[in-house]
Amino acid sequence: MARIDTKTTSEIVAAHGAKPELLVQVLATIVKRFGWVPDDTIRQLASELNLSRADVHGVVEYYEDFRTAEPGKHIVKICQAEACQAMGSEKLTRYAEKSLAMSLHDTEKDITLEPVYCLGNCACSPAVMIDGKTFGRVDEKRFNEIIDHMRGSN
Amino acid sequence: MSRTKIYVPRETTAVSVGADEVALEIARVAKKTGTEIELIRNGSWGACWLEPLVEVDVDGTRIAYANVAADDVASLFESGLVTGGEHKRRLGPIMEIPYLIKQDRWTFWRCGLTNPLSLQDFEQHQGFKALQKAFADGPESVLKAVEDSGLRGRGGAGFPTGIKWRTVAKTQSEQKYIACNADEGDSGTFSDRMLMEGDPLGLIEGMAIAGFAVGASRGYIYLRSEYPLTHSILSRAIDTARGAGWLGENIDNSGFDFDIELHIGAGSYVCGEETAMLESLEGKRGIVRSKPPLPAHAGLFGKPTVVNNVVTLASVPNIVKLGAERYAGMGVKRSKGTLAFQLAGNIKRGGLVEKAFGITLRELIDDWGGGTASGRPVKAVQVGGPLGAYIPAEQLDVPMDYEAFVGIGAMIGHGGIVVFDDTVNMARQARFAMEFCAIESCGKCTPCRIGSTRGVEVIDKMIAGKDREENYDLLVELCDTMEGASLCAMGGMTPYPVRSVLNYFAEDFASSDEKQV
Ligand SMILES: Cc1cc2nc3c(=O)[nH]c(=O)nc-3n(C[C@H](O)[C@H](O)[C@H](O)COP(=O)(O)O)c2cc1C
Ligand code: SF4
Ligand code: FES
Repeated sequence: MARIDTKTTSEIVAAHGAKPELLVQVLATIVKRFGWVPDDTIRQLASELNLSRADVHGVVEYYEDFRTAEPGKHIVKICQAEACQAMGSEKLTRYAEKSLAMSLHDTEKDITLEPVYCLGNCACSPAVMIDGKTFGRVDEKRFNEIIDHMRGSN
Repeated sequence: MSRTKIYVPRETTAVSVGADEVALEIARVAKKTGTEIELIRNGSWGACWLEPLVEVDVDGTRIAYANVAADDVASLFESGLVTGGEHKRRLGPIMEIPYLIKQDRWTFWRCGLTNPLSLQDFEQHQGFKALQKAFADGPESVLKAVEDSGLRGRGGAGFPTGIKWRTVAKTQSEQKYIACNADEGDSGTFSDRMLMEGDPLGLIEGMAIAGFAVGASRGYIYLRSEYPLTHSILSRAIDTARGAGWLGENIDNSGFDFDIELHIGAGSYVCGEETAMLESLEGKRGIVRSKPPLPAHAGLFGKPTVVNNVVTLASVPNIVKLGAERYAGMGVKRSKGTLAFQLAGNIKRGGLVEKAFGITLRELIDDWGGGTASGRPVKAVQVGGPLGAYIPAEQLDVPMDYEAFVGIGAMIGHGGIVVFDDTVNMARQARFAMEFCAIESCGKCTPCRIGSTRGVEVIDKMIAGKDREENYDLLVELCDTMEGASLCAMGGMTPYPVRSVLNYFAEDFASSDEKQV
């Protein structure tokens, strides 16, 4: 993911017409591009959108997607919701934690491992999302394959 | 010779099991073998268990090949794919697949059939005909049709759509809004997504009709961030519609202006609750608002707003075009028309089944779903997402009917059906219901915010076998408090799945204890 810079942030704000009511959309765009929202960006957004820092901070803090710590190079999300549970997502999660040597919510150098609650892929569960792409019918073997593929595409 | 049309869905589930790789390989092999083909990325028919489902148009008949992998493609071509040749993956004509032809496809009829991003294909399949009819007949006629159809909100609460629209139409304001709820957060549901990926122009038409009926010139779609492919398809469809003058000023010379803005969510389940969604659309934290005022009176930016689910809005064009009577003629009692049921979890033939209300849960699970994927007996079925009750196997003969579900302490919600086999420990499911509420609570009400965390603790004690009876009573009390004193259904209905476990699967608390002994 690209390194966040103030110029691009300003461009994103401008593309949204610097409208304070588009704060959630601005943040979503920033996270899509950079993966997270640093403190400096919160300050910059407050000033450019004419909001208080507390306002921006409050919104960032509220939403799951708006990470405040830099994620790893790849973001791996494993669905933890009911339809995936019914097809063994808990076991898959334990397997993933073991094989990646990290826990859910952790960030290592190249991976951030996160829970997600439904990817809308519930008819082909369990589901996993890697860098914005959804995978279905993920058993342990397929999990290894998609992780290998992810690492290969560095 | 004209080019043979080959269809490979560009839809999240199909792509999640390899449809893109199959499409690439088909293009590659066609080129290598000098075969003239036209590759069409259609939406999904909803028969997810068959994905990737490839179709070939042979003299106007679409022949289906199921569960195609990229590795199969070379041999498919060798077996004469373009003429519908025999192959182990060949299923036969798509229109002969019972799973599909036995449905009542009212809202999803274009899904799978058409290229979702082709305006020409859309128009050749009745596209914008309903909007033109609305322009010709006038807003009152549309309002009347929606009222007479008996259509109820498909987002979960089942509120009559006609009443909502009438309220907004009657409320005076220089600005009104249509806010389409595409947050689809319930586990086990994907019908909004399939509609938006398979027939996005159909949703746009439904929203424009809503705007015309109530006098709103602006629409918003609030799409969850977990659906990136949907976002790409939907935003292209909006651009296409705008480019052709179906969005914007003076649509089709009607004098009516309407445009749509696509907003993306940020991973909060509560933002599917309509007032939290409005807050989020205004750029704020997704905290639920107190009612009144109703969004219909003072919604987005304080203006009268129709908030409707994707499927609700997409059901409207056919109601306008084919008539309210046709829609109301399907279904039972106060549950009119069809619902797109979604078969999910431990099920052999998972997918989307649009059927008239009145079909039983058992018919859906057995006749369509083919039972569990594991082949083991069904133990419990959660209907209506994380706030829906777990229904025990003995009760599967309940008809899909809003009121019949309320009668057994359950809810149909958005129509998601999640099947569990007999290996599930239901005490864990009760715990998850509370845990999910604790994670997702917007924090406004104490019973929801604190009660759910307490609920997890109490259930943990029960699972560990500590003072089980005392804790049982405590849990029931917690459920009462949450149900009675929560502002929205997050805190108010989390007790549903929990109580259903206490009522029907109490022995699962014991079994985990016994294992520890
Ligand atoms: C916690 C919670 C989450 C909800 N999530 C959704 C959702 O994701 N999609 C949706 O359409 N409705 C959802 N609803 C229901 C909405 O509040 C609202 O009833 C619906 O959008 C109205 O549209 P309809 O009448 O067409 O169903 C949710 C409600 C609650 C309480
Ligand atoms: S019940 Fe929960 S989610 Fe709903 S308003 Fe109260 S705290 Fe927020
Ligand atoms: S529950 Fe996992 S994708 Fe829906």
